[in-house]
Amino acid sequence: MTSGVDPIVVNLIVFVLAIFVGYHVVWNVTPALHTPLMSLTNAISSIILVGAMLAAGASDLDWGGWLGVVAVTLVSINVFGGFLVTQRMLGMFKKKEPRPGGGKE
Amino acid sequence: MSANQLALWYLVAAVSFILALKGLSSPRTARRGNVYGMIGMAIALLVTLALVYSRSKNVAPILGGMAIGGIIGAMVARRVQMTQMPELVAAMHSLVGLAAVFIAVAAVNNPVAMGLDAPITVGHKVELFIGTFIGAITFSGSVIAFGKLSGRIRSAPVVFKGQHFVNLAIGIAMIGFGIWFCMAPPETHWMPFIIMMALAFLLGFLLIIPIGGADMPVVISMLNSYSGWAAAGIGFSLDNPMLIIAGSLVGSSGAILSYIMCKAMNRSFFSVILGGFGGETADAAGAGEKKQVKSGSPEDAAFLLSNADLVVIVPGYGLAVARAQHAVKELAQKLSAKGVTVKFAIHPVAGRMPGHMNVLLAEAEVPYDQVFEMEDINSEFPQADVALILGANDVVNPLAEQKGSAIYGMPIIEAHKAKNVIVNKRSMASGYAGLDNPLFYMDKTMMVFGDAKKVVEELVKAIE
Repeated sequence: MTSGVDPIVVNLIVFVLAIFVGYHVVWNVTPALHTPLMSLTNAISSIILVGAMLAAGASDLDWGGWLGVVAVTLVSINVFGGFLVTQRMLGMFKKKEPRPGGGKE
Repeated sequence: MSANQLALWYLVAAVSFILALKGLSSPRTARRGNVYGMIGMAIALLVTLALVYSRSKNVAPILGGMAIGGIIGAMVARRVQMTQMPELVAAMHSLVGLAAVFIAVAAVNNPVAMGLDAPITVGHKVELFIGTFIGAITFSGSVIAFGKLSGRIRSAPVVFKGQHFVNLAIGIAMIGFGIWFCMAPPETHWMPFIIMMALAFLLGFLLIIPIGGADMPVVISMLNSYSGWAAAGIGFSLDNPMLIIAGSLVGSSGAILSYIMCKAMNRSFFSVILGGFGGETADAAGAGEKKQVKSGSPEDAAFLLSNADLVVIVPGYGLAVARAQHAVKELAQKLSAKGVTVKFAIHPVAGRMPGHMNVLLAEAEVPYDQVFEMEDINSEFPQADVALILGANDVVNPLAEQKGSAIYGMPIIEAHKAKNVIVNKRSMASGYAGLDNPLFYMDKTMMVFGDAKKVVEELVKAIE
């Protein structure tokens, strides 16, 4: 079906639709969780690790490949740090127990 | 693995990211949401690793880099204090930006490894150019934001004559070299590419230095958005829809947060970007006629509080600076035990980044069902016996309702409608907006001067 369509156009379609999805999903995020939202989106944006891995995985590592390895290292800080700090923060929002008489879940 | 299989796995990852953001719509589902995010990321990385392995078997450097980065990231995530979250997020944005630049450089150097045609097509060059300059601006801008937030550089705006003109000129030059890069053959395209990159780094630096400390919530949301667009730009150049989807989600999220922050401060996005606000103006006001304030001791305040039915606490960033969150939680517990209903009212810009104050209170184990957003609690102030204001100023300034005042139209927490108001401040200095606050001079207002933590601890003692 898309045989005659340039990949750039397909990418553009994906891009525009994703912005719409993002717009609607993010407006539903409760304001109390805006800081975790930022650390989570930060972790998600480290998806460019995929690009860094392709660069670092070249068959013969020239300087460009090593640049990719550096990028892999930098973004890995984000991936692990971002998700873990988000989890830590959200854990604080979970604690409801230590209230007198409270005993939910 | 076939290209189709790969694309379908990437689709699963992209859907997981959407579910992750959807989870944040309520604190109950948020942790599950974050787990979706981790699963999506794990799928994307494993599939890519398999792809690299099938192509070149050269996965050792990747695994090494991931191990080093992962250990650093995990350590940082465990150690960081919640008051430092804005700095951490700024630092992480800078890493995404820098990585985007590195990836683009690597792609220009060796397009085949990234799955591109050997002399890169003009279309892909345009996309690489866009990804590079957004990444570079994100990097240097975030470094400055990090410095300002962590106090390593002075947070006052740096303004000089002709600043906007200089920025505009650099921006145009950068685009010019970018176009040159796109048109040039592979033999000569490095020079314009490198100059374009250097100009973008410089521009990111120049764009953030004029923005003062008070506007940091907007800046950090904006850089959040940029880091997403940088990822989407790299996705375009690598023809990878998952990167485009994830990047756009992040990009729109940051843009929405910037919008919310601007609205909460009653500032247009444009005036924040142009900068020069929120620095040294703080001491300028208060020169007018001396008005009388009624000041009281913590014991007086404690008497008022323990005889109230409904107390609304309005925390500001001064509270976090004084590290008084835990003392406040103890105060709330003591009052609850006496049968007083305690609620917290949070202004959207109460912290240094969106939602910061909520996290600080959550860290102090204040139950989140006692914590209310501004719009949800404003209608309750007329019934409140006491509004206790801790380290907040501009966000409770009733001048915002008066036409002609500098902050007219800014949404505020309507603490002045409570039957009694207790304000804790260190001194009579005005807030960021440099305005006097009529709330302090009202008959029903009692000022309790002193460090927030000390005063709250004395309140707790006096309530015994």
